Amino acid sequence: MCAVCGCGTARLATDRAGPGAEHDHPHPHDAGHDPDHDHVHGHSHAREAPHSHAGDALDFGAGLAGVSVAGLSQARTISIERDILAKNNGFADANRSLLIKAGVFALNLLSSPGSGKTSLLVRTITDLRDRWPIAVIEGDQQTSNDAERIRQTGAQAVQINTGKGCHLDAHMVGHALEQLSLPPGGLLFIENVGNLVCPAAFDLGEACKVVVLSVTEGEDKPLKYPDMFVAADLMLLNKADLLPHLDFDVDACLAAALRVNPRLQILTVSARTGAGLGAFFAWIEGRAAMASSPMAGGS
Amino acid sequence: MHEVSLIESVISLVEQERAKQAFARVNMIRLQVGALGCVEPEALRFCFEAVTTGTIAEGSRLEIEMVTGEGWCADCRGTVPLDERFGACPLCAGSHVRMTGGDALRLAEMEVE
Repeated sequence: MCAVCGCGTARLATDRAGPGAEHDHPHPHDAGHDPDHDHVHGHSHAREAPHSHAGDALDFGAGLAGVSVAGLSQARTISIERDILAKNNGFADANRSLLIKAGVFALNLLSSPGSGKTSLLVRTITDLRDRWPIAVIEGDQQTSNDAERIRQTGAQAVQINTGKGCHLDAHMVGHALEQLSLPPGGLLFIENVGNLVCPAAFDLGEACKVVVLSVTEGEDKPLKYPDMFVAADLMLLNKADLLPHLDFDVDACLAAALRVNPRLQILTVSARTGAGLGAFFAWIEGRAAMASSPMAGGS
Repeated sequence: MHEVSLIESVISLVEQERAKQAFARVNMIRLQVGALGCVEPEALRFCFEAVTTGTIAEGSRLEIEMVTGEGWCADCRGTVPLDERFGACPLCAGSHVRMTGGDALRLAEMEVE
């Protein structure tokens, strides 16, 4: 796997290449990855955002200041001051400007496995497809099962298999975007790998992050996995139709989530019955309008 | 295990640096890790040797400098230290604290020869 990008193992499966087709990640470099490899593969999502993978001059923060000789050796100390996530963030910036330019509103869906993200998407697409052109990028370690479920609704879907990877990163999403064609005013859902930890650190270029928590999980999940809830703009408390059968304390859950992130917006929904989804759709509409208004920059 | 891809990013930054100024080996890599960020220093140490093997950074020593968290307390009108991202103000025990620092993840410096 190369740094951040994960492209040694990630694969894209599109709906263009025929039934069930999967093809290898289209990078020309081999998965063995020579450490000298400087990420110069032909890449079309450089667009206008600053891009960090040319391997050449990039602003260097404090620069190459402190050069000191330690002991008798030729050893010297180089001060670097670089953000380790800068590379991912460069790809994310490129994705974001591409999406804004294309007039596409993108949401990054995060949750643990089994919280109902895909069911929520299937229901959302079914209810909204007459109003919005919708596409989905699906992230899973293996299989195209989720993309198949999405395609059955008639929406475009690209499956990214991360192999051993535990999260989507902006580089993978940039490649997936090349496979999609969404008209202006389109809606893009990025369903991240089911994982309540790692995806929080990786900006994909989305407008907003939505974390899905289901009532079959513990109400203290936001306290146990705070990073994800801190990063999110909206929390959907899903599977609300099961509440009569459970001891789940909704108030305690909402209090835990707001303790971690006082700005978090929270909606209680059921992807199965559709309860609460109207509020979610209204939230999408409002945020998309804000994002496309010239007064508001991308968030 | 996103710590693995973070160490891979560090190696990539080291490689970029080598493209600018020649060095044959890396003795030490110092990272700054924010105490309130989403990175576990022990997990970075755990995978460092395995991930750097076969790269320019093979055999180098990893030093992790923890950067303490800080926040702005609206009631005290000042910067206060924070132990947890959503913690109370250590001075007034109030909850009107907004985190302002301590979640960074940076490659600070390295010793090369």
